[in-house]
Amino acid sequence: MAAVSILETRGLTKAYGGVLANSDVNFKLAKGKVTALIGPNGAGKSTFVGMVSGRTEATSGQVFFEGQDISHLPAHKRMQLGLAYTFQITSIFPGLSVHENVALAARRKLGKDSEALEAKVQAVLTRVGIADRAEQIAGDLSYGHQRILEIAMGLAQDPHVFILDEPTQGLAESEVDDFIKLVRSLAGETTILLIEHNMKVVMETADFITVLDQGMVLAEGTPAEIHANADVQAAYLGSTPHA
Amino acid sequence: MTSSRKSTLLHLGVLALLVVLFFVLPPYHAGNLSRIMVLAIYAMGYNLLFGYTGLLSLGHAMFFAAGMYGFGLTLNLGGWPVPLAFVAGVVCAGALALVIGLLALRTAGVAFMIVTLMFAQTGYLVVLYFGTYTRGDEGFVIQQAQRMLGGFDLTSETGRYVTALILFAICFLGLARLVQTPFGRTLVAIRENEERTRMLGYDAGSHKLRALIISGAVSGVAGAAYALLFGYVGATFATVQYSIFPLLWVLLGGAGTTIGPLIGVFFMFYLIDTSSTYTNAYMLIAGVVLVLLTVFAPQGLAGELRKRVFKWLP
Amino acid sequence: MEFGPHLMLASLEGAVIAAILSLTAMGLSIVFGVMRVVNVAHGEFFMLGAVLAWYVTSALGGHPALGFVAALLIVPVLVAAIAATADRLILKRINYDADRTIVGTIGILYIIQQTTLMTFGPDARPVEAPFNTRLSLPWFEFGENGFAMFWPWGLSTTSYKLFVIAAAVVILLGLWMVITRTKIGLVMRATQQDSEMAQAFGVPVGTVYSLVFGLGAGLAALGAVLVVPIQQAHYLMGHDPLLLSFIVVIIGGLGSLPGTIVAAILIGMSDGIISVFFSPTIAKIIATLLVAMVLVFRPQGLLGKTAP
Repeated sequence: MAAVSILETRGLTKAYGGVLANSDVNFKLAKGKVTALIGPNGAGKSTFVGMVSGRTEATSGQVFFEGQDISHLPAHKRMQLGLAYTFQITSIFPGLSVHENVALAARRKLGKDSEALEAKVQAVLTRVGIADRAEQIAGDLSYGHQRILEIAMGLAQDPHVFILDEPTQGLAESEVDDFIKLVRSLAGETTILLIEHNMKVVMETADFITVLDQGMVLAEGTPAEIHANADVQAAYLGSTPHA
Repeated sequence: MTSSRKSTLLHLGVLALLVVLFFVLPPYHAGNLSRIMVLAIYAMGYNLLFGYTGLLSLGHAMFFAAGMYGFGLTLNLGGWPVPLAFVAGVVCAGALALVIGLLALRTAGVAFMIVTLMFAQTGYLVVLYFGTYTRGDEGFVIQQAQRMLGGFDLTSETGRYVTALILFAICFLGLARLVQTPFGRTLVAIRENEERTRMLGYDAGSHKLRALIISGAVSGVAGAAYALLFGYVGATFATVQYSIFPLLWVLLGGAGTTIGPLIGVFFMFYLIDTSSTYTNAYMLIAGVVLVLLTVFAPQGLAGELRKRVFKWLP
Repeated sequence: MEFGPHLMLASLEGAVIAAILSLTAMGLSIVFGVMRVVNVAHGEFFMLGAVLAWYVTSALGGHPALGFVAALLIVPVLVAAIAATADRLILKRINYDADRTIVGTIGILYIIQQTTLMTFGPDARPVEAPFNTRLSLPWFEFGENGFAMFWPWGLSTTSYKLFVIAAAVVILLGLWMVITRTKIGLVMRATQQDSEMAQAFGVPVGTVYSLVFGLGAGLAALGAVLVVPIQQAHYLMGHDPLLLSFIVVIIGGLGSLPGTIVAAILIGMSDGIISVFFSPTIAKIIATLLVAMVLVFRPQGLLGKTAP
């Protein structure tokens, strides 16, 4: 890959008991691009981003972020360096307002500057299209809006690398289209690592694709290359005919 | 009017009401109110940890007692002046909270409750063990002559009320401010969803530890103030019952609200005060209230008010 | 008395404590294991057992054995019924939510304790043992005349204390049979493994919970009926069993039944022995501190398996 990498893993491995969820994953994330991580269920995608974000402790291997070895940093330190993470299973602050949810995400950087904070929250909510719901209690939002709120919380952190774990899961068709537009609009602004099952989203947004299978990197390349790859066809795409 | 204006007015209004009450209430009730204010400080300290951070401790009596004995022993045996002894009490409670926090915060949920309960029980037994100095269950009295501050007699009804009110006001306004700061907002975030808070880049562990230290220190203020104003230090205040009380008060008044603790202590105090004239089994009331609250109104009085009427309530 | 006989006496006392404790702690452990509920009111069910035993024996009169047997049969069932009702009325409604259950059972604790104070009163009252023969115990020693057996003064126990130990063993064996061999036990274990799955297979989980909560309280009451001829009935007597049961259940590994028994024997024996030789306050300080530390550093219990 020609692009400069912002995040890199070397020999990242995770064993649960005797079972290897990830083995020896070497991965580079191109700066400013959208990279999709795909693979069949149980391929170890979530374990992989868990180790990158610090939620899951790696059995062995290293993670480098902007040239720095972050393998031994706890999750919150990694976030402070400029990673952001959205959960596969929606994780918001259900008892707080939408506004406060996003403010919490932005406040860590903006701190006591309440004007800048307010401006940031408004900007993010407007961008994802839920500004009119700012005062609603987050737990009362529809499922689709909660997923959007979760993305808004990621954006509010101005991340250098934004990890999205199956963001479109359970969304309606029209919401998926909005999401595709949003990700495209972010291109160049930040680096995105997208875990996605929906091949339409992958093909329309990703600059690069990495395929994981049985905890190992099976293939890497542009969408066109991956589409043509026989191994991938066999392991993964074969099972989803519409891709 | 914005929410923050309303809440400022509410807090100042509560304090103004307490000032007015002193002049209109008969002495018996004014005396009760001094006690209620001191206990409300304890409840507010507890509320920061339980109501705002979401950590249910069953051992806060150890912090109350640390403040009480830290003050009482340095004053009585050490002969320290009142202000210095008071600070000693608060520092004792804060330091104890630091040590307990470093250990207990490694656990969560039910384990945290039991660990704090066990540490508090240990604290109670330690008080009994050093009976030579603490006089154990019997406790000791702080002489009237010692309870003076710069010529100001703290044993008179007025002295007591004014001191209790000043301490209450400082803690009340201080904590109300604290929970509005980024730090306080982060505590609420931890209560709501700790994992998410961590994944937003906040150090949840250090926030919880700081909340526990502040909570412990404020409880210590209450313990020291109790000894100072009512002149008695005893092991009763280190028992499990005194760990349950703040939980009860906060639940009754409304966890995670600034005025809940005061409301809770006020109602519980008069409930027990009234019922104890009829029966010596007055803790029965506490039991019934606890059960009714958990089943029917887990958000407490102020919490239910906030939900139904005043959405802006801090 | 010399050290050897003294130690033997302490061990006997410890064995009685351990017997009662294993019954009480087993109740707490079963409730926690199956329902994931920390029952802070457990000690009060123990107290209730002792107090009701006094009521039953004094109402019947006649030979002490008659009242005692009646109490042994009636009281645990009565206490179990009260506990099951409390489960239905309170715990079920709050969905066994961890925090609220603790607060709710604290409420139950005060309600039982204070109601007893209002009815039974503040005095401690004795229940007469059904039989209470004093048994002197021999001691062996290699002396100047070789191996000798003698009866040191003061080294004795009572037939009743030996009966308590035997009864506890029989009850625990019976309980073990019920849990491992019967359908009720199977249903309990299924609910413990996965309550949702059990529900899906037609297990009436709500009823099982009430039964288990009742069984837990009944075991505590059974322990109390056994202990009440040795220790008088008093409305505050639930405090120590609660604390000791907590200690046992935590040391033994939360919810592990064999662990509970081993820990009960360990704690009961050491409590008996330590309090004979040391100040009881120091023994309690060490015990509570130890429990806190175990929870902090080895939450699976000292005897529990390491978490996978």
